[in-house]
Amino acid sequence: MKCLKSLLSHGDSPPDCPGTKSEQAGKSASCQGCPNQKLCASGATKAPDPAIAEIGIKLSTVKHKILVLSGKGGVGKSTFSAHLAHALASDTTKEVALLDVDICGPSIPRIMGLEGEQVHQSGSGWSPVYVEDNLAVMSIGFLLGGPDDAVIWRGPKKNGMIKQFLRDVDWGELDYLIVDTPPGTSDEHLSIVQYLSSTHVDGAVIITTPQEVSLQDVRKEIRFCKKVKLPIIGVVENMSGFVCPKCKNTSQIFPPTSGGAEKMCADLNLPLLGKVPLDPRIAQSCDEGRSFLSEVPDSPAAQAYQRIVQSIQDYCSNRVTEEQSAT
Amino acid sequence: EILFKHGLLFNCPGTKSEQAGKSASCQGCPNQKLCASGATKAPDPAIAEIGIKLSTVKHKILVLSGKGGVGKSTFSAHLAHALASDTTKEVALLDVDICGPSIPRIMGLEGEQVHQSGSGWSPVYVEDNLAVMSIGFLLGGPDDAVIWRGPKKNGMIKQFLRDVDWGELDYLIVDTPPGTSDEHLSIVQYLSSTHVDGAVIITTPQEVSLQDVRKEIRFCKKVKLPIIGVVENMSGFVCPKCKNTSQIFPPTSGGAEKMCADLNLPLLGKVPLDPRIAQSCDEGRSFLSEVPDSPAAQAYQRIVQSECV
Repeated sequence: MKCLKSLLSHGDSPPDCPGTKSEQAGKSASCQGCPNQKLCASGATKAPDPAIAEIGIKLSTVKHKILVLSGKGGVGKSTFSAHLAHALASDTTKEVALLDVDICGPSIPRIMGLEGEQVHQSGSGWSPVYVEDNLAVMSIGFLLGGPDDAVIWRGPKKNGMIKQFLRDVDWGELDYLIVDTPPGTSDEHLSIVQYLSSTHVDGAVIITTPQEVSLQDVRKEIRFCKKVKLPIIGVVENMSGFVCPKCKNTSQIFPPTSGGAEKMCADLNLPLLGKVPLDPRIAQSCDEGRSFLSEVPDSPAAQAYQRIVQSIQDYCSNRVTEEQSAT
Repeated sequence: EILFKHGLLFNCPGTKSEQAGKSASCQGCPNQKLCASGATKAPDPAIAEIGIKLSTVKHKILVLSGKGGVGKSTFSAHLAHALASDTTKEVALLDVDICGPSIPRIMGLEGEQVHQSGSGWSPVYVEDNLAVMSIGFLLGGPDDAVIWRGPKKNGMIKQFLRDVDWGELDYLIVDTPPGTSDEHLSIVQYLSSTHVDGAVIITTPQEVSLQDVRKEIRFCKKVKLPIIGVVENMSGFVCPKCKNTSQIFPPTSGGAEKMCADLNLPLLGKVPLDPRIAQSCDEGRSFLSEVPDSPAAQAYQRIVQSECV
């Protein structure tokens, strides 16, 4: 049996894997024993999925697409995605949508106060659920019988759902499409990038918390972004300290033992968009389906978020300006 | 159109049914060809092999949560440490989080290597009686990304169970990533010829977590995995200066306590937030040894005790 370590030394498919799109896919000697062998040999993996082009056309009316990623779970991706959506939609001249591709643990309906809402179908596709006139949301959470219903699906089914979300939802004309993702570098992440490959994606916002155990996973996500050529808008560090409401002493509950996001960003030459402190009112607002940007706008956490959102808006506008001056 | 009933995709006939891939409702399912080919119906021979291989493992405990970042790996690691503190017991910890393997770091084993011998892969030993396996040991460096779809991850998990030379064990603890997907289905499937004592479910107090955790509980019931109980992490923070308690993740819907009452499950314990927990994990040390008198360490010890009586 081959030593797996040598096969994994670059964190990618084993070097002997010819690649699913190669002539040798499924047929090479090194394909023996790979669970994908039959599928590759059948030629099914080589034909481009027609949905990719369809999605390219469908989303041509979406000006800016932002993915919210983290290698690590529980760092505040959904919290951030939801509040980014709220903040962008506070400009009522902008059309904003939030797509939740966390198929197993869809938190967005709850956080957006849309639990129990339903998705409707029409001639032009599925209609997303509207929080405000200019803020639409789609999540598998809206397709379940109840919020505790489990979606116990392997990768291929999840991929199919993501394809439908992109191709079959009637998004309309949008200024911003924000995509919230589950933690990891697997099916959902590969699929969202693959299905968006005929569109322009502005980039990814990477969420982390200060401790090394989180940063370790986040660096993997950053490698993923580089591998799939997804630009990184910047990094947000959540849970960055806690100020005791009584005595105002600051505690580092998740200590930045290796320098936190600040050092990681310096090491990897990435923008640190901001650091958001722990605030019990954040989790409270999320549970209650309200925007804490509206609930406690003067809190340090809300102000940190607003600054981060501004950086993201600037990034998106600068991209448009660059494109215009290039033509 | 997607129809859900009882929390499961209603019209899917099941991959092992006669109708797999052939039913009208299979139209459009990405798995259709695979199911119709019959490939999904044949039992994987590895299941029986694993059944034999793990017959020398007395107790198997899965650590699960629907939600990420609630402390599964932290708990798994410290459960392993606590059980191994009895040096007459042989303990092993298997990390099946393929994309985000935290166990090597938390166990202070970063940079360690796995070796192969005639009897299989040897796990990495923290102590004489505490062995660990993770994909983290197979990477070139700790930042290397494993960007694999489900089938490859499943293959890795199969190898971990079938090809690692675990030896005779009193306890095998399996740490999992969040969710109810490939890793979870695979670990249950590959262990289906063995006896699994049950699952410990980890949560934090807020409803957004509990919502995902209830899905995990449904998963356990669906696959007939007994639930040993629930642990609520991040259950309050005591300011080290003024001793005021803050609920940083407020139990707006009653926390794990209410969920366990509603679902008739044991609440094994509640562990407060303590910065020394995250510090210990980053440094690869057991906080049960570092701060044994802390409320958090004591809560953990009580939980470990209640599980294993």
